[in-house]
Amino acid sequence: MSTHYSTLRKPIIEGNKSLNQVTEDVARPLERKATPLWWVAFLISFSVLMVGVVAVVYQIKTGIGTWGLNKTVGWAFDITNFVFWVGIGHAGTLISAILFLFRQRWRTSINRSAEAMTIFAVMCAGIFPIIHMGRPWLFYWIAPYFNFRGPLWVNFRSPLLWDFFAISTYFTISFVFWYIGLIPDLATMRDRATSKVKKAIYRFTSFGWNGSVRTWNRYETVYMLLAALATPLVVSVHTIVSMDFATSVIPGWHTTIFPPYFVAGAIFSGFAMVLTLMIIARKVMNYEEYITVDHIEKMCKVIIATGGIVGLAYATEMFMAWYSVNHYERFAFMNRAIGPFAWAYWTMVTCNVILPQLLWFKKLRRSIPFVFLMTIIVNIGMWFERFVIIVTSIHRDFLPSSWADYSPSIIEITTFIGSFGLFFTAFLLFARFVPFIAIGEVKGVLSYGKQRKHEPEKEVETVKILEPKLEVVED
Amino acid sequence: MDSQLFLGVFTDEHDILEATKATNKAGYTIHDVYTPYAVHGLESAMGLKPSRLTYVCLIFGLIGLSLGVYAQFWIGSIDWPLNIGGKPFNSLPAYLPVIFELTVLIAGLGVVFSMFFRTKLRPGGKNFMPDLGVTNDRFVIALEQKDTSFNPETVTKLWEKFNVLEARKCEEVTN
Repeated sequence: MSTHYSTLRKPIIEGNKSLNQVTEDVARPLERKATPLWWVAFLISFSVLMVGVVAVVYQIKTGIGTWGLNKTVGWAFDITNFVFWVGIGHAGTLISAILFLFRQRWRTSINRSAEAMTIFAVMCAGIFPIIHMGRPWLFYWIAPYFNFRGPLWVNFRSPLLWDFFAISTYFTISFVFWYIGLIPDLATMRDRATSKVKKAIYRFTSFGWNGSVRTWNRYETVYMLLAALATPLVVSVHTIVSMDFATSVIPGWHTTIFPPYFVAGAIFSGFAMVLTLMIIARKVMNYEEYITVDHIEKMCKVIIATGGIVGLAYATEMFMAWYSVNHYERFAFMNRAIGPFAWAYWTMVTCNVILPQLLWFKKLRRSIPFVFLMTIIVNIGMWFERFVIIVTSIHRDFLPSSWADYSPSIIEITTFIGSFGLFFTAFLLFARFVPFIAIGEVKGVLSYGKQRKHEPEKEVETVKILEPKLEVVED
Repeated sequence: MDSQLFLGVFTDEHDILEATKATNKAGYTIHDVYTPYAVHGLESAMGLKPSRLTYVCLIFGLIGLSLGVYAQFWIGSIDWPLNIGGKPFNSLPAYLPVIFELTVLIAGLGVVFSMFFRTKLRPGGKNFMPDLGVTNDRFVIALEQKDTSFNPETVTKLWEKFNVLEARKCEEVTN
């Protein structure tokens, strides 16, 4: 069979792959021995994770007095890290659900890994509020259930409780969505597996998938429904995270702009993290024909769009602080820009608003090293955004006598670094044992941008006319 | 049942789609079609109706919604009314986030488990598979040979127009 390339649409997957080649390419990293590079990366991440575990055990045993918090700054590093990780998770759902509803078919080669990233990021995020509870072994008290303590119920008017519902629903639905997508690919692995143990594992996990159209029909329906449910869900999650702040009366937090501002920021930081991971993975795992430069460019466009919203939100906050003639509000924002944490504020502005403007240039969007550098910058900037919002709004409160400084303790820093250990350890295990690219979905877009060769006897005239415009490739 | 099936193996999305349409039109009873990925239009070519799981999802969503409304109302106003800043016990606006989350959670989980139930997907489950290649690069039509008029040669001839790779009786396959 020969293939015509369309002159209008570029194929999403490069290299004119056959169906079998896609299976081979995706299965290869799972079926070969782990490379030395993987081991090095894994051992480093795992060691970092272990250091984090020691820090967590120590602070749970001793109490959260080991943190750098004080009477005035009651929320700081811990909540910053929580919001940072939750935000990162949002890109995965955006790619898997929102881009699916918008029929952005290029998402197929990155959705699996982006969703995995979501799950791991939410796991990392979950650690922080649980430790912050002070008695994490009683964390289940936040769930409303019949109990012998009264019965004592949780306060349904509290945004912190909403957060518990939002994050746990988000984690559950993301995980289910991810796993549903995995089932056909696990069946592919099952039918390729040669060793008995592998076959047994894949048989168990692939749920007896047999590729029947009746099943596909229902599967596609459920996939679409989950995407439709996950889309408002992801918006609700960061909206509720922002309400942790916005429903309080602290100047700098008490604004209605927070929900859209946080959601845009979450997608902004999440896409940066997806790109960081994808740029490494496509190189190391030889997926450059699947995750192409076009993919990277498209993701950069999302970054510049959401980055623009974030920049607008910063400007709006500043403007409203001035325009409201509210002294406390004005003070909070002046304090951000020229107070003791001005360095953090300007780091945030530089990383999130000024530098990403370079992505307007197509040449830079298509330069892999530049994009990689930019994603790191955006990640740093978005971490500082949360730090600035949280710490600068409360460290100088209404009574100047209680103004205080804040610096994180070594335990807090170690916990944060440890969360990166967890994130990368989980991601590396995922890349090693689970099909990194959605085989079934990529196969569905292989014919995109290609035209099937028409039957020669029927359409010979048309083909002749079109011939000079089309490039014919034999496979 | 399996031994009664007659299989046509294809290698291309377009071929299977056209072959299914033609086979269905010719009046054969299609047992099922097996593909490595979701081929759009194949369900209508087979004559399948759209899945009713959307309604299942709606019902579960309504259950989640009612649970969210009722549980919070009962806890906040009846079982343990707490006066917080003189606000009404049944402060519905504050209940909305949890109501929404419960709706999504129960609708999502409900529809997924309904699908597992309906499609017989379960951990360690085993379903009939005509050919191991259907999870890689093969597209298979399975016909039932129950009709008295069934003639393998005519079907094969029909399928040859669509570049059938092989047409054969179904043998036992284990996955």
